[in-house]
Amino acid sequence: MDGFGSDFSAGGAGGKVDTGMIMEQVKVQIAVANAQELLQRMTDKCFKCVSKPGSSLDNSEQKCIAMCMDRYMDSWNTVSRTYNARLQRERNRI
Amino acid sequence: MDGQGATADPQLQHFIEIESQKQRFQQLVHQMTEVCWDKCMDKPGPKLDSRTETCFVNCVERFIDTSQFILNRLEQTQRSKGAFSETMSD
Repeated sequence: MDGFGSDFSAGGAGGKVDTGMIMEQVKVQIAVANAQELLQRMTDKCFKCVSKPGSSLDNSEQKCIAMCMDRYMDSWNTVSRTYNARLQRERNRI
Repeated sequence: MDGQGATADPQLQHFIEIESQKQRFQQLVHQMTEVCWDKCMDKPGPKLDSRTETCFVNCVERFIDTSQFILNRLEQTQRSKGAFSETMSD
C-alpha cells in the first residue's frame, strides 16, 4: 500500500489518506442528513398551506408554500444565531 | 490492516468529537425552530417582522432556561429523596 495515495497525504503515521477521505465523506453525509432534516420539518409546517388537498397544488397554495419556506429559513437562521450567542454567553460565564 | 481501527487515530478522534458537538447543536436548532414556529408564527408573511423575530429569540432563550430549570430541580429532588428514601419505602 506504499505510494498508493501519496498525492493526498497530509503528514503523520501511515493510513492518513484513508482518514482524510473518511472525514470528508462523513462531513458530506452529515450535511446531507441535515438538509433532509430541514426539508422534512419545513414540509411538515408548510403543508398547512394545503387546507383541502385537491388533485394538484393550485397557485395560491404554491405561493403560500414558497413564502412559508422563506419564513422557515429566516426562523431557522434566527434560532441558530440566538442559540449560538447563548452558548457563547454561557461559555464566557465559566 | 490496522489492528486497532479508527479509534487509535487521534486526528479521527478529534474529528468525531467536533462533529458530534456540531450535530448536537444542529439537532437542537432543528428542534427549537419547529417548536418555536408553532408558538411564534401565526401566518407566514412576506418577511419576518420584528415582533415575530423577538418571539423566536425569547423562545430559544426560554427553552434553554426551561431545560436548565428541569435539570436543576431534578437534581434537587433527587438529593432530598435520597435523604428520606428509607422512611418512604414501605
